Amino acid sequence: VKPGSAGSSKSAAGAPEDQQTLLAVLQFLRKNKLTESVEILRREAGLPEDALDTKGADCSAPSSGGTAGGVDGLDAGSLLSRVAVSSSAGTPAPTKVFLGCSAMGVHHLWILSAAVADDQPDVSVVLSAYSQQGDPALYKVYYSDLKKFIESVLDCHRAELSQVFYPLFVHMYLELVYNNHESEAKAFFEKFSGDQECYYEDDLRVLSSLTKKEHMRGNETLLDFRTSKFVLRISRDSYQLLKRHLQERQNNQIWNIIQEHLYIDIFDGMPRSKSQIDAMSGSLAGEAKREANKAKVYYGLLKEPEIEVPLDDEDEEAENEEGKPKKKKPKKDSMGSKSKKQDPNAPLQNRIPLPELKDSDKLDKIMYMKESTKRIRLGRENLPSICFYTFLNAYQGLTAVDFTDDSSLIAGGFADSTVRVWSVTPKKLRKVKSAADLNLIDKESDDVLERIMDEKTASESKILYGHSGPVYGISFSPDRNYLLSCSEDGTVRLWSLLTFTCLVGYKGHNYPVWDTQFSPYGYYFVSGGHDRVARLWATDHYQPLRIFAGHLADVTCTRFHPNSNYVVTGSSDRTIRLWDVLTGNCVRIFTGHKGPIHTLAFSPNGKFLASGATDGRVLLWDIGHGLMVSELKGHTDTVYALRFSRDGELLASGSMDNTVRLWDAAKAFDDLETDDFTAATGHIHLQDNSQELLLGTYMSKSTPVVHLHFTRRNLLLAAGSYAA
Amino acid sequence: MAEREERRFAQVSRESVALMAESAGVELGEEMAAVLAEDVCYRLREAAQSCSQFMKHAKRKKLTVEDFNRALRWSNVEAVCGYGAQDALPFRSGKEGELFFVEDREINLIELALATNIPKGCAETMVRVNVAYLDGKGGVELQGAVPTAVQSLSDDLLKYYQQITRAILGDDPHLMKVALLDLQSNSKMAALLPYFVYVISGVKSVSHDLEQLNRLLHMVRSLVQNPYLYLGSYVRSLVSSVMYCILEPLAASINPLNDHWTLRDYAALLLSNIFWTHGDLVSGLYHQILLSLQKVLSDPVRPLCSHYGAVVGLHALGWKAVEKVLFPHLPAYWANLQAVLDDYSVSNAQVKADGHKVYGAILVAVERLLKMKALSLSHPGEWCFNAQTGSLAAAGGYSSPGLSPPPQSLSEAAFGIASHLQAGSGGCPWEEWAPVSLPAMYLELYSFFGDSLAVRFSTGPGLDSPPYCPSALLREPKKEALGQGSNSDTARKMPQLTANLSISPRRDGSPRTDPPPPSLAAAGPGRSLPRSSSAQRSRYSSSRSAQRLTGLPRDVFPKARFASPQNGPPTFSFVIGGRQMGQRCQGRRPFQTVFAPTPPPAAVPPRAYAHKLPVIGRVGKPVRRWTCSHYSLLLPL
Repeated sequence: VKPGSAGSSKSAAGAPEDQQTLLAVLQFLRKNKLTESVEILRREAGLPEDALDTKGADCSAPSSGGTAGGVDGLDAGSLLSRVAVSSSAGTPAPTKVFLGCSAMGVHHLWILSAAVADDQPDVSVVLSAYSQQGDPALYKVYYSDLKKFIESVLDCHRAELSQVFYPLFVHMYLELVYNNHESEAKAFFEKFSGDQECYYEDDLRVLSSLTKKEHMRGNETLLDFRTSKFVLRISRDSYQLLKRHLQERQNNQIWNIIQEHLYIDIFDGMPRSKSQIDAMSGSLAGEAKREANKAKVYYGLLKEPEIEVPLDDEDEEAENEEGKPKKKKPKKDSMGSKSKKQDPNAPLQNRIPLPELKDSDKLDKIMYMKESTKRIRLGRENLPSICFYTFLNAYQGLTAVDFTDDSSLIAGGFADSTVRVWSVTPKKLRKVKSAADLNLIDKESDDVLERIMDEKTASESKILYGHSGPVYGISFSPDRNYLLSCSEDGTVRLWSLLTFTCLVGYKGHNYPVWDTQFSPYGYYFVSGGHDRVARLWATDHYQPLRIFAGHLADVTCTRFHPNSNYVVTGSSDRTIRLWDVLTGNCVRIFTGHKGPIHTLAFSPNGKFLASGATDGRVLLWDIGHGLMVSELKGHTDTVYALRFSRDGELLASGSMDNTVRLWDAAKAFDDLETDDFTAATGHIHLQDNSQELLLGTYMSKSTPVVHLHFTRRNLLLAAGSYAA
Repeated sequence: MAEREERRFAQVSRESVALMAESAGVELGEEMAAVLAEDVCYRLREAAQSCSQFMKHAKRKKLTVEDFNRALRWSNVEAVCGYGAQDALPFRSGKEGELFFVEDREINLIELALATNIPKGCAETMVRVNVAYLDGKGGVELQGAVPTAVQSLSDDLLKYYQQITRAILGDDPHLMKVALLDLQSNSKMAALLPYFVYVISGVKSVSHDLEQLNRLLHMVRSLVQNPYLYLGSYVRSLVSSVMYCILEPLAASINPLNDHWTLRDYAALLLSNIFWTHGDLVSGLYHQILLSLQKVLSDPVRPLCSHYGAVVGLHALGWKAVEKVLFPHLPAYWANLQAVLDDYSVSNAQVKADGHKVYGAILVAVERLLKMKALSLSHPGEWCFNAQTGSLAAAGGYSSPGLSPPPQSLSEAAFGIASHLQAGSGGCPWEEWAPVSLPAMYLELYSFFGDSLAVRFSTGPGLDSPPYCPSALLREPKKEALGQGSNSDTARKMPQLTANLSISPRRDGSPRTDPPPPSLAAAGPGRSLPRSSSAQRSRYSSSRSAQRLTGLPRDVFPKARFASPQNGPPTFSFVIGGRQMGQRCQGRRPFQTVFAPTPPPAAVPPRAYAHKLPVIGRVGKPVRRWTCSHYSLLLPL
């Protein structure tokens, strides 16, 4: 299925500087003899052929209007290969366009980024801001002066102003280090590191080991800290207080840092309380700016495809053959269309092109509906039974697990680079016959699909060899014909579950790939890895269709929204970002976790998101409003698995602490108060009701829970490997 | 600062760096070494930082050498090879104590390559499922605890278990008999008890198959009778299985042709057996049983066969139980039963037949209640004595007084026998229960049963208590039911009954157990009949034989104050009561098959009252086993 063109492509020509940036890139490419890339970039950016040539003379006057229009025409055929050049990067260094902090760009220029990846970002440029220095001995004085001031202000302001401590502390320390005041830096660290919030402990550890200017080169975490502004949200009153104080004291050192390295998001209204602030802070770069979460998100579900009517007809025929009653169908049809009629929050059906349904998909849908009618309604009073799938003899080598949606297959990724697939049902796994044998088959027969299978190969499990490093993520395609796996070797592999062979190796990340997942509609998949970007792929393209850049650290987990229009990524920078597949924009940034995020789950209705992190907490988010909804505390170790029940009533979480916990998600969402003020300011009042929401804790026998899955009838499946 | 860092990080000292450099042939200045050392520390920390990421993504808590090497590789540093082994490497100090090293032994590759003992390799990775069923409130039940445990038994036991279960549940009746016998006498299978109990608890899954239910009940009997087994708390499980057979509306009951009545009778018998012999193992068992019986009885929704089971069960537990539970409940229950019995519509035929069954069962139970009560009143002295033994028994947990009376207790001459009987009845004290006076009880019962009760009751031995023979002896025949004495009467009444009786090899299960009390000799001689002598020859307790002997002279009913209109054949009603007693008394004794078949009764004059008795359900086929037939005997069929 070739995706048709959809949506509007962004004009390539933005502000003049963007043009300039582009030209610089082109020049760079030409210099490196990457003529093909030059051509592609030039064409896609809509620059005239002579743009480069004339660059010296009139780089400031590129002709944009006409060519921008041409882009649409040019690329109409290949929908997803559009380029929307970042409008925010603004850094002169060419590499910044691709690797910098821009959250906006969809860069199809991955070749380019790969080509320049070995060039270290110019540290001197990045750090140069630190070169201005005051008297190193005064740093302590400045800091403690501010500390004294903040401790003396009114209670209501103190919590807000205290947010300034951590970024100030880090930047002052880095300035000292950068300017080679090692001993002062150490003393400074020693004196004030204890004051910082405990959830910054990990970062402080990194900082403390860094005492020389040379160390800063190559330390990516710090580069990120430097290049991105730390975002604080402070009420106008508090901000005025701080400003007045600093100006009175002529405390320019600190004022400069605030001006340059901090982004203070000022809001009108009541200052926030300590607990409110704590709920949202903790990420590597502060909170999300308010406007970052203002974009409209179409979180509704897609209508079931139009084909449903013919599908029903077919189904009816099928049922008649089986001698079953006819009347059931129409009922279901009406029911189906009613519930899906109009969801104002749903994206357009063709917002992104989706693969057409095959006959087998339709059959599967029918199966799904049939199963759904037998689904047990879960709730506070009605908890699910749990099946635990224990991997034995895995020697702590189990790194990833996935179930098919119908729970018929289970797959495990292992540290020894293998992927193993088991059949959970009595039905054995069979390969397709060899080509020669296939020729002998009567292709007209009704059971041709059965005949192509080779009985001799039937077995309970199959092993897939191909990776050369631990397999960190696996995902079944919705139609159960394919399996994706991503590995430390930097590739994502697509396996056929008919032949049990590898079909494609998608190379692009070049660094360990931590997670991958198929779109709920198949065809697309997303992957994220150590290179801090998430990529969107289509199975029939060997290059990614989108690159989602913006995280300041590894992308540790990736998930598709149920409507396939969005992708959510969790990262070691302790933020969660929601990306629009169509535009490639980051439309939500959720902060609040205090550790790397290791698992994410959308609620079945697409409205909510759950996330789990190494801090052992599970947070619930309202996607539409961009708000934290609830905080579920209870786990004592990393949460590795989250899953909503099929009807969204329950949330199951599985953790390294060998427990599965069940939470009352429905109650958590119901309790949500979404008055306008909250929605507008994003200031939430979380009550600490974890204990109330916790419905059950179930221990495994020293088996960390790696994966959770609800069957179509709402039985909970859990999986993990026995850790002896 | 320095201290703090030391606490946090491993440090590489400049001396170490200098030493390393030296060994590599480079001379380093002090300054240089210090800088290098610091940088090495930083790089190490950096590597540790990034390798922890690999650990986290592998979802492990343990950092491995492999993780570290990956981190090194990704930062373009050569990996450190040779430390990937799973076993810990010994870390040793040199002689001077200043030097530490990892022991690295040389390996003879040739030896390794040519070695013949190829290591097995590790087991295949596999997936196993474990299910926690939640009951909605969050409780967890783990699946199948027993079957997995079976595997841990020794092979021999396992084989025995398999053979026995296969034989008992299999097709070959002979094999089954052998298996049951062995189960009853094997002294080495205590370890298997839980598994047999588990098998027996499978009654719930075969409720459609009378045959299987019967076999499982036989298994219970064998286990109960095995003198080497200590049932312990498994009694509870056995009781619940047996109760299931007594009370549940079994799937097999749907077909009226299935004789589930017999099964219930047998199960009730078994229940009383378990209760009398092992009741002491579980405290409160008696109350629990009574409660559940009462619950079933008072539940009008339950089918009649369940009610029948409850009545039979109460009956089996003794007349006190009947008095305590059935009697007070009777007025309420009667209305329902009456409604059923009075409905003559065709559609009701089956239910009505069932109703008659219940009616019969109640009648029998009530009769014995009256009789035993009368008896207990008539012999206060004995009663006291019995009460004592009874209370003793009660202290022991309601074990059957019949059993419990040790030989000494019986030494009270002729009365010993009677006492023992009464003890049986009085053995189940039921606290805070207000006894109803006998006449009141009789009147009430009479209001329900009318003449049928009166007739039967009065058919007992002569009204005048001044018996020429010891009252005890009188009663004997009844208890011993099967006893020769009784058969004449029974035969008249219902053909099946007599048939059963004559068949009954039931001696085996029955109470032979009592050791022959000395009194026997005294009591016996006078009355002994020719056939009793045969019985006596058997090792049966003297009391029994005595009873048998007395069978004929049962004309004397010591206590009866009611004037019975007829002087019908006295034996009739008493047979029933007496038999009951007998059952109760049976202990867990070795199976004894010695039994003198009774001669078929001579023609019996038709009973005047016969026509008054409700004619209830017909038993299609003669009952095969004595055991099964016990209770059906009691019913006027």
